[in-house]
Amino acid sequence: MIRLEKRPQPSRAWSLATPLLAVLATMIAGGLLFAALGKDPVEAIRTIFWEPLFGEFAFYYRPQLLVKGAPLVLIAIGLSLGFKAGIWNIGAEGQYIIGALFGAGVGLAFYPAEAWYIFPLMVIAGGLGGWIWAMIPAFLKVRFGTNEILVSLMLVYVAEQFLASMSLGLLKNPEGHGFPGSRNLQQYDSAHNADLIAGSGMHWGVVAALIAVIFAYVLLNRHITGYHIRLTGEAPRAARFAGVNPTRLILFCLGTSGMLAGLAGMFEVSGPSGQVSIDFNVGYGFTAIIVAFLGRLHPVGILLAGGLMALTYIGGDIAQSNLQLPSAAIQVFQGMLLFFLLAFDLLTNFRLSLGKPEVA
Amino acid sequence: MDLSAINPVLLIASLMVAATPLLFAAIGELVVEKSGVLNLGVEGMMIIGAVAGFATAVETGSPLLGFVAAAGAGATLSVLFAILTQYAQANQVASGLSLTLFGLGMSALLGQSYVGIKPPQMQKIDLPLLSDLPVVGPILFGHDPMLYVAIALIVAVWAVIKFSRIGLVLRAVGENHDAAHALGYKVVRIRIMAILFGGACAGLGGAYISLIRVPQWTEGMTAGIGWIALALVVFASWKPWRVLLGAYLFGGVTVVQLNLQAAGVAIPVEYLAMSPYLITILVLVILSADKSSAPAALGRNFHAAR
Repeated sequence: MIRLEKRPQPSRAWSLATPLLAVLATMIAGGLLFAALGKDPVEAIRTIFWEPLFGEFAFYYRPQLLVKGAPLVLIAIGLSLGFKAGIWNIGAEGQYIIGALFGAGVGLAFYPAEAWYIFPLMVIAGGLGGWIWAMIPAFLKVRFGTNEILVSLMLVYVAEQFLASMSLGLLKNPEGHGFPGSRNLQQYDSAHNADLIAGSGMHWGVVAALIAVIFAYVLLNRHITGYHIRLTGEAPRAARFAGVNPTRLILFCLGTSGMLAGLAGMFEVSGPSGQVSIDFNVGYGFTAIIVAFLGRLHPVGILLAGGLMALTYIGGDIAQSNLQLPSAAIQVFQGMLLFFLLAFDLLTNFRLSLGKPEVA
Repeated sequence: MDLSAINPVLLIASLMVAATPLLFAAIGELVVEKSGVLNLGVEGMMIIGAVAGFATAVETGSPLLGFVAAAGAGATLSVLFAILTQYAQANQVASGLSLTLFGLGMSALLGQSYVGIKPPQMQKIDLPLLSDLPVVGPILFGHDPMLYVAIALIVAVWAVIKFSRIGLVLRAVGENHDAAHALGYKVVRIRIMAILFGGACAGLGGAYISLIRVPQWTEGMTAGIGWIALALVVFASWKPWRVLLGAYLFGGVTVVQLNLQAAGVAIPVEYLAMSPYLITILVLVILSADKSSAPAALGRNFHAAR
């Protein structure tokens, strides 16, 4: 009989090994899934993980890795701060949408003027939009004790409706022949979040993601706020005695994650996606939750996890066109990853031992 | 705009239909939370139920079998949650989320070949004379059987929790798992049963959407109803009767908003469509002041050998 013994300290070695184990297990389970769909499992896994990096067309896919990874890392960094403290912002998708709307709205307000200050203003507006949207659950939590999980999630659906109304109304392209969706910001130089080096995929969003990683690392390891976040997550009661102000912590964590999600949305709408349209959001806000956990809520881990998740997106696209693998299969694949990760986490906190329980 | 086209009797009848998926999902989650477990995967279990029920009903031609399959699918998915939280000691919030993310993907995958098909219809219960009564007839006697099953389920859960020994044990486990364990109750086993029950109920709720309320399959068709069900449990202060009340209230908002859309009210459609979510937030705010009725061990993991 297998028993669990709680480790006095979470094992560092296992904490690093479990994400790798989870990826491996997901590959196996995913392979079984692909086989069940009638595809060659080895070929499918190879296509997803190898093709974008080292395949024939890798020169095209590698920049995409930055494009897809940056918003995920940016959002996940923000989420991880809250998750560490037990503050659950599940509504990053909504904050992402509102950030994009604010950013694009400011940019379009200036159209067709060209000026150097337009893009910086859009960045500020995007961050502000996400921050405002996250402040709703934060304020309701600190003022009324309302559950932030449910409120932030409800606001995703509100934001989606708001996005639809904006792309059909206020932000609709007047020259769009009646089709929903805004003007394409890629064709508006002052508002375009273009590649910094042409064709590299390296746009301002990637820079922002890297800054966020460094910022979070410094915050968590060198700053009192980071200490408070960790303390609150590990020992909420002790945190209160240590003088942590829970209200400020909630406002800070939700606000920061909202701002980063808003920035991600703004960089996306002004860059790779280019326009506000009804279904411009593609679930980065939710996938970022997986990224945050897969990265062990650690900034560097999140950077790596974001890269891996971007890989599954791109590899998934390739598998879709080359092997006719349904796009939903990748979503399942990503979901499985989180499952296995949570399951293997057991090994971090517990020791497995064989034999009969001893009577203490 | 023509509000006179809105028929109050039909409004109430369709309100009951709109509320039924919520009733199923929320009463299941209520039992789960009573046992001290917070399963945020309701949305995922619902959508899996929706697709499994739909596919089974289409393949077999029997809506009833569809519902059976939906309950099975919801419960199967909840097994994963049970393993993660009860054996692997994983965080309940994260595990619930993973269930939803996985369920949304899996349902899209399974449902691909079912887009645009009409499912077999479930016969409405037709009681001659009774269902012909004016006003009362269509409201009380003119529905499909599953709607009554949902109401019966509420009554049953209420009775079991309040009067039976099983209910007492369930509450004990949810209030203080260490004490319950010390008394010799199998905490983990009881919680797993509750989680399975919750999964089956969520599956039924999902199938009610895809087979009766909307009669079709589209990706992501549960559109947050699972999350609203979670809010409903808070709204109900973990009391079955208030789940019924809350679900009808919410069903009312949904139906009125749809009717206003149809009547061409001057408010844009999108703003009407966001109203159910806004009202859910509002209700949560009003009720969040009182947390006294929540099970004390809610969301805390239990490990016997500590």
